[in-house]
Amino acid sequence: MYQYDEYDQQILNERVAQFRGQMQRFLDGKISNEEFLPLRLQNGIYIQRYAPMLRVAIPYGALNATQMRTLARISRDYDKGYAHFSTRQNIQFNWPQLEECPEILAELAAVQMHAVQTSGACIRNTTTDEYAGVIAEEIVDPRPYCEIIRQWSTFHPEFAFLPRKFKIAVNAVPDADRAATMVHDIGIHIVRNEAGDVGYRVIVGGGLGRTPIIGEVIREFLPEEDLLTYLDAIIRVYNQFGRRDNKYKARIKILVKALGIERMAELVEAEWDRIRNSEGKLTAAELDRVKQHFVDPAYADLADEPAELVAARTENAAFARWLQRNVRKHKKAGYAVVTLTLKQKGTPPGDVTAEQMDSIATLADEYSFGLIRSTHQQNLVLADVEQRQLFALWQQAKALGLATPTLGLLTDMICCPGGDFCSLANAKSIPVAQDIQVRFDDLDYLHDLGEIDLNISGCMNACGHHHVGNIGVLGVDKKGEEFYQVSLGGSSGSDASLGKILGPSFAREQMPNVIAKILDFYVAKRIDGETFLEAYRRIGHDPFKEAVYGKAD
Amino acid sequence: MAKLIKNRAFVENDKWHRVADDQPVNEYSIITLERWNTEHHDLQRFASAGKLGLWLSSEQTIEQFEGVFRNFGVIAIDFPKFTDGRGYSAARLLRERLEYSGEIRATGDVLIDQLFFMQRVGFDAFELRDDQDEAEALKAFTTFSNPYQGDVADQRPLFRRQARG
Ligand code: SF4
Repeated sequence: MYQYDEYDQQILNERVAQFRGQMQRFLDGKISNEEFLPLRLQNGIYIQRYAPMLRVAIPYGALNATQMRTLARISRDYDKGYAHFSTRQNIQFNWPQLEECPEILAELAAVQMHAVQTSGACIRNTTTDEYAGVIAEEIVDPRPYCEIIRQWSTFHPEFAFLPRKFKIAVNAVPDADRAATMVHDIGIHIVRNEAGDVGYRVIVGGGLGRTPIIGEVIREFLPEEDLLTYLDAIIRVYNQFGRRDNKYKARIKILVKALGIERMAELVEAEWDRIRNSEGKLTAAELDRVKQHFVDPAYADLADEPAELVAARTENAAFARWLQRNVRKHKKAGYAVVTLTLKQKGTPPGDVTAEQMDSIATLADEYSFGLIRSTHQQNLVLADVEQRQLFALWQQAKALGLATPTLGLLTDMICCPGGDFCSLANAKSIPVAQDIQVRFDDLDYLHDLGEIDLNISGCMNACGHHHVGNIGVLGVDKKGEEFYQVSLGGSSGSDASLGKILGPSFAREQMPNVIAKILDFYVAKRIDGETFLEAYRRIGHDPFKEAVYGKAD
Repeated sequence: MAKLIKNRAFVENDKWHRVADDQPVNEYSIITLERWNTEHHDLQRFASAGKLGLWLSSEQTIEQFEGVFRNFGVIAIDFPKFTDGRGYSAARLLRERLEYSGEIRATGDVLIDQLFFMQRVGFDAFELRDDQDEAEALKAFTTFSNPYQGDVADQRPLFRRQARG
């Protein structure tokens, strides 16, 4: 993973000092609430329903064991002993004291972590595939590009006050998209052109929220060294012309829709043409320097399917099930990619206790070169586990409640913090997730259902990505009461699509039954091995609607 | 009155002054683009002497001023609210695309915590809002010693300025 040099560290230390000063001026009454707001947001601090929330960046989901232990300690010393992994690969503390935040940020800086631009109308943490660097399918490892984007976007002088937040995601796998790039402000697909050169297909104007839109291609192929100048050009156009009169129309997707993708491309290309050969252009030396931070760890020379693994799998059905669901093929023989699921029954999706964090750090040290990744599905990944150690790892993970063998299944839900924490919520989302986890806890049934994305948001802001859930649940407010609207058919993959609303919303108690009706209908109608999404796309929306609401007269 | 900062110091008795559209123009007046567009024949003599300034609202984009910017010794870019970031791109485009070398002045809701960014995109004069602490404001110009990106003063990003790794 990327290791800071003296420059990175100096920038971060200066940031900590800057925010300490800002906080002091705020506490001294020299900065108004309104003017402090963007300053604290750009340092990750929200004021939530009950307390401040601090969102710490995990750049493109990469963290090491030392950082994880620091997060655990912070959750103990400054919070209530737990933390929450978000859908953008970040981690959130829900109960810190506002005045203590500068101290927390100083502790984070000591382990090369920060909360820079995790919030506010600026360029946010860039996200990517949680399996980056360890799977054979990818074109190249996307992480060096994410790091290059991180550095370029950190305190970018021109783009600190954009019309709205701005999110970039990078994907380097041709037929899968675990980073939901089609629903980001900018999606970057790392590709090779016919000559075999690495470059990018650039997507712009995707997004969720009130107006969900699938992004459009603005450039089919951008050469490797042109990444930053092209991003500068897109965001410069957006900064000038994006709407600022209405926050619901301020995202770049609205600008792209208003101009049309052709006009948008014209403006961007004209600006880029002027700056493409400026000093801002990447150099081979810099690309190489950053790539050096992501070279393979010292893998042992091993073979696939070692005897220990085969024996344990035959003897232990539960282990076999976990292997099948939560463990994935590695590019290196003898290794495997393991997902630790944070979807235990009875805990909100993405939540971890301080003890679990410490234990995860230990597991990472013991089994995976001390490195951990967070995923946009709110799970954690140990990316470099020897196959012969899988059984030992499983036993420990299971004891920690991190081996629920449900990755990608119904109960591996994405769920925003919702009304339990978030002041923008229309409805609670965590209790809905918990009711569904309780109702559908039969593993055989879950495995038989196969892969289904169920995503829950507590309001239109769509932090739970409900539009791209195969089943999406959205909290709505009906005359002061919490209701839930269900949509079907969304997908955040490379075949991205937006879900379609099923019909009138439901009370919370009805939700498990509604989900059950949808699933029963799918099970009854599916043909050989069709996933839920495939079946839905084949059968169409109306039959599902009828299954839930009965026949319309 | 806002306090003017230039070259990291407060400046007294600045000769430039904003003139409303219905007030007479004199030497060192800063006028709106609309006024220039309608009265430039009468105002040309001030402009030719380098004694006319332009005030741009945050709504005004480069196509609107790229034909006329050379007439002005000072261009003031307004920040109606500190969260309105259009002025950063406007200043940068003035410097880098139009190669404007006169003074670019930040005016309006100019607060301490924007100064560092503003100087990097090409502002070289800052009308600091009245209530801002002067000493803190001057310190803000040195918040970061070696930022990642290039800027108007030095186009090179950190990776070109320093040998890294
Ligand atoms: S979707 Fe709404 S309720 Fe949920 S976290 Fe986002 S803003 Fe809050």
